[in-house]
Formats: sequence, structure tokens, C-alpha cells
Amino acid sequence: MNRNVLMWVAVVVVSAIGGALIQGMMEPKSTPAPNAQKSDAPKSAAAPAAPAAPGASTSATLEAVKARGNLSCGVNTGLAGFGIADSQGKWTGFDVDICRAVAAAVLGDAEKVKFTPLTTQQRFTALQSKEIDILSRNTTWTLARDTSLGLNFAAITFYDGQGFMVKKASNVTNAKSLNGATVCVQPGTTTELNLADYFRSNNMKFQPVVIESLQELTGAFVAGRCDAMTTDVSGLVSIRATQAQPNDYLVLPETISKEPLGPVVRHGDDQWFDIVKWTVFAMIEAEEKGVTSANVDQMKSSDDPAIKRLLGVTAGNGEALGLKEDWAYSIIKHVGNYGESYDRNITKQLGLGRRINALWLEGGLIYGPPVR
Amino acid sequence: MAFWNDRRTRGYLYQIAALGGVVLVGGILVSNTLDNLARQNIATGFGFLDREAGFGISEHLVDYSPADTYLRALCIGLLNTFRISAAGIVLCSLIGIVVGFARLAPNILVARLASVYVEITRNIPVLLQLFFWYAVVIQAFPPPAAAWEPITGVFLSNRGIAIPWPGLGAPVFEGFNFRGGAVLSPELSALLIGLSIYTSGFVAETVRGGILSVPKGQLEAARAVGLTRFQVLRFVTMPLALRAIVPPTTNQYLNLTKNSALAVAIGYPDFVSVANTTINQTGQAIEGVALIMAAYLTISLVISALMNWFNRHVALVGERS
Repeated sequence: MNRNVLMWVAVVVVSAIGGALIQGMMEPKSTPAPNAQKSDAPKSAAAPAAPAAPGASTSATLEAVKARGNLSCGVNTGLAGFGIADSQGKWTGFDVDICRAVAAAVLGDAEKVKFTPLTTQQRFTALQSKEIDILSRNTTWTLARDTSLGLNFAAITFYDGQGFMVKKASNVTNAKSLNGATVCVQPGTTTELNLADYFRSNNMKFQPVVIESLQELTGAFVAGRCDAMTTDVSGLVSIRATQAQPNDYLVLPETISKEPLGPVVRHGDDQWFDIVKWTVFAMIEAEEKGVTSANVDQMKSSDDPAIKRLLGVTAGNGEALGLKEDWAYSIIKHVGNYGESYDRNITKQLGLGRRINALWLEGGLIYGPPVR
Repeated sequence: MAFWNDRRTRGYLYQIAALGGVVLVGGILVSNTLDNLARQNIATGFGFLDREAGFGISEHLVDYSPADTYLRALCIGLLNTFRISAAGIVLCSLIGIVVGFARLAPNILVARLASVYVEITRNIPVLLQLFFWYAVVIQAFPPPAAAWEPITGVFLSNRGIAIPWPGLGAPVFEGFNFRGGAVLSPELSALLIGLSIYTSGFVAETVRGGILSVPKGQLEAARAVGLTRFQVLRFVTMPLALRAIVPPTTNQYLNLTKNSALAVAIGYPDFVSVANTTINQTGQAIEGVALIMAAYLTISLVISALMNWFNRHVALVGERS
């Protein structure tokens, strides 16, 4: 008898759980706004029903960053010049500076960043699953990533291109003579596809050696397992700079692809998208106007209306972004302008000049829309 | 008697309720996931399998070019997993049997060496062993232009072992690499050596245990009727020992197959490596991981089924004698 009672209780419990789950499943579908994100449901419920006034914070990511008190930023696991931690665990690099700049704009403090080192394979999932607020990890902007991954590329911070590095002893001086070569390449990148495209379009054959860890891959190349190694030129220069004998290696002159790199955010949070985008543009504008971390305080009393708007002396930009009026001042004060960051990280660390990453005024491609 | 008082009927009802619960929970998980992915504008479904893969794969048993589809690329990866698993299972069994017998050898030196071998191979993580063998293979051999040629037509270099092969001709050094012939790549060699040696330590212990499990009386009886040492081994020891050896060895074969996924660390294009690249190019992680799980589950179940069949076979032979 006891057993029977237990059985019936079990059946009732199972159906109760099932019923509750069905209800749970139906609930989100019946809400009028299917685009509302689950996690911000309580916040949006608390917000007034009337459309938010312009400038008032409606960004889930911005709210989360403010509540947490730090910015969670996905960076490279270790690429000199772009994102690398020193022995004290302090992160430096060009991509890292973008994280710091966003933290400065949003929180007023460039140090309030939690860095999450990510491999090429982990980076998009980490952003999609909200583990990080922004991905700043030498990531190439492509159509597929912009659309089917549910991501938005905020801006282009660095115009890169894929190249090849060989040992000088191999006497190879251009990429066209690599027919039949074994090439070391990392998986899960546009690099792997460009490599195949390049050899296909030139009717050449190649053997890929695909290893995920950059350290292992570089080791295989140095040991002579591969005739050439391929990745973005900036990456090759960075790897070459960290070898015991950098002069034994040669980066070939050809650039076989376009690799526009920049910070990435999740699709669907337009305000956050704007903040990251304009953080980059503010850094570019600052360089154009000659505003640096050293002279930003004097520049506050400048008569140039563009500088007054940039530094928040003339109010308006901050409110439009949902930030404090000194957002750009904070970026320049704590991180510096685009050129300062470039020189500090890429020119000094890697010996790579501005070239196409010079300002448009100097014949390069770096051009920011007007900050007004 | 009302039907709900019937034990059998009620039993069925409980079963149906339990099954319903499982299906419901599964359905909710799938529907919730799809819902969330759609909300984040992330593509779903297996439509990507028909699209052009666009990346190269270094080792393929059948024709492959970057212009082929993801489906074909994944099949290439699966074949590579089969190849390493099959070769590894054969090699680890051979080494394991030899070492297992050696541990029981009357010669103390041989027995001690065998036990040192077992302890070393079993107790170093397999990933480290793979890195070690890969480094040995690519560091110890000369570059292809200065390849060793121990036998005419056979070349040893850090690009692997190139040998003449019927239909493929003899290997010739040309430009950067060897053309023609069959090539055993450094990645495959390192993976095969690493996995086989690691697993052979466990197999050796299983073999030793199996042999020791044969009752002493059986062996003494066999000697008493005048069988030679080989005959004792062939007709008494092995049939009885195999019954104890086969089931745990199945586990080791399954482990070897699953460990072959570590290939990704040293650049052998196995199923996981190709699937990882696919996941990255398409961004469809859930589908990719589901494919990986389905593939390994299938391979493991097939190996289990084969070994169970073999086990029944030896068990019968054992009981008849």
C-alpha cells in the first residue's frame, strides 16, 4: 500500500514539474517584446513604460558594467603589441588600450577592467554568452561574423593584412615561390581560409599544419616542420620580435588579404554599440586635433569649438551617448589619443610604423566621423 | 478489479509517465536553446554542411580540396580518426602483449625493465607524451633537403617518412617537400607512437593480470599430460586468460579512441580538429559539438559491440574445453 501511494506521489510530482516547465516555456513567447533579453527582464520591468528620454540609460550592457563597477574585456592570450600580460599580470597592448578607453569613458577609470584572455576559438562564444562586455582581440571584421554570429563590429582600429614569414636560410623572397610548401597556420581564423584562397587562385599547392596554440605552432615553424608561417603581418612581426634571433626570419612583402581589426560587441544593444564606436572615434579625433594625454588639461581652455565639444566643455555629446560629459576627456587623460596608443604599443614594441594606419590627413586610412 | 489496481497496467503507466517526463525535459531544453539563439540572432541548423569549407586539410585518405563542402571535410576528419584509432589499437595491443608477458618473464632484468616501462607510460599524462614525441619527431630529423635515406627510395626527414608505394610511385624531393610515394607525417607518427605507448602500459597490466588469473592447477595438469610449454600457452593459458583480458582491454581501446581527440594539440587533422575549424568558420558551436559527440558515441559503441562479440566468442571456447 505504501508503495502505491509513493508511486502516485511520483506521478503527480512529475506532472507538476512538467506543467510548470511547459508554462515556463510558453511564457517568454507570450511577452509582447520578443527582442527583450532574458537577463534584463527585471530591469526593463522596473523602467517606466513610456519611451526613455534620449540619453537615459537603456543599455543592458552599460547598466551591467556600471553595477559591477568594472568592464569585462576579452583580449588575446598573449600577442606582443596588441594584448599581453607582463610578469606582474599587468595587461598592455593596442587592443588592451581600447578596453581601457571604454572603461575610462563609462566608469571614469581606465584601470577598472577585468581582462579575459581568449583563444581564437573561444572569443565569439564568450561574447555571445555575455561572459565579456566587449571583445578587443585583433579580430577581423567579416560579413559572416557580423551577421550569423549575432555580433557587431564597432569600428576599425587597425588595418592589417595576412602575410607569410619564412626562414632567411630558405632563400624564399616572395610568396609566389611557395608552391608545394608546408605552411604553419592557426585554426579557426580567417587566416586559414585566406591561405587556401591564395594558393587556389595562384594554382599552387600547399600542406597546412594546423595547431591551435600559437606557442606550439611557432615551435613547429622554428623547428623546421613548416617552410612558412602565416598570420596577420602584425602578428608575424610580433612573433619575429620575440625570437632569439629575429634576423633569421623574413616577413615576405606580399599581403594576401584585408584584415580590418576592431572591437566587437553583441548584436541588439545599440547604445553600447555606440559607446564603443565613439570611444574609438574620440581617440582618432583627439589625434587629429593634437589633444594628447599630456596637454588635455590645457586643451580644455582651447578656443577650437571641435576640441571644446570633444572634451565636454561644450555639453551635449556625453548626454547623447548616455555618459558623463567628460567621457572623452577621461579617455584621453587616462589612455591617450589613437597615435599615442599606437606609438606606445605597436611602433615601440614591434617596430611597425603607421603606414596605412596613419591619419587620413597624412595619407593613411584612419578617419573618424565628426564628434558632434 | 479496476485497471489501476492491476500491477502490470500500473507498471506501464509509470513507465509512460517517466518517459513523458524525459521527453518533455529534452524538448524544453532544445526549444529554449533554439529560442535563445534566435533571440541573439545566431544562425542555427545544419544547412552549413552543404557550404564550401574553404580551408585545407593536410592528410586525407580520399580526395579533398578547399572547394569541397563542410560535410566532406568532416568525413575526411572522421576517416582520419578511424585511421589513428585502428592503427593505435593494433599497435598498443602488440606492445601491451609483449610487455605483459615480459613482466612475468623468469629473467629478472626483463621483468624489471617491463615494469619500469609500465610505470613510466601509465603515469605521465598522455598530452605531455604527445608533445614529447612530436618534439622528438620534428627536432631529431633533418630538414627534407638533407633527408636521410637508409634504404634506397625511403626518406626520413622532419616532414615524415616517405616511402615508395604502388600506384603512387617513388618519393622525389622537389622544391619544399617530397612528391609521390606514401608519406607518414610527423603528426600522425607522433600521435600513433604517443597513444600506443601510453595505452600499451595499461594493456600490459591487463594481460599480466589475465595470465595470473589462470588457476595454477590447470597449468600443472596440462604439464602432467605432457603438453609442451607452447602447447600449454596455446591451449590452456591463453583461452582462460583471454576471458579475463578482453573486457578491460575494451575499455583501453575506447580510451585510446577518445584520447585521439588530443590530436588537435599537435596538428593531426582528426575529426575534432576539423569540427573545431568548422565551428569557428560557421559560428555554429552547438551543432558542431553535437556532431562531435555523435561521432565519438558511434565509434565507441561500434568498438564495444565488436569487442563484446569477440568476448562471447572466446568465452564459449573457454567453456567448451
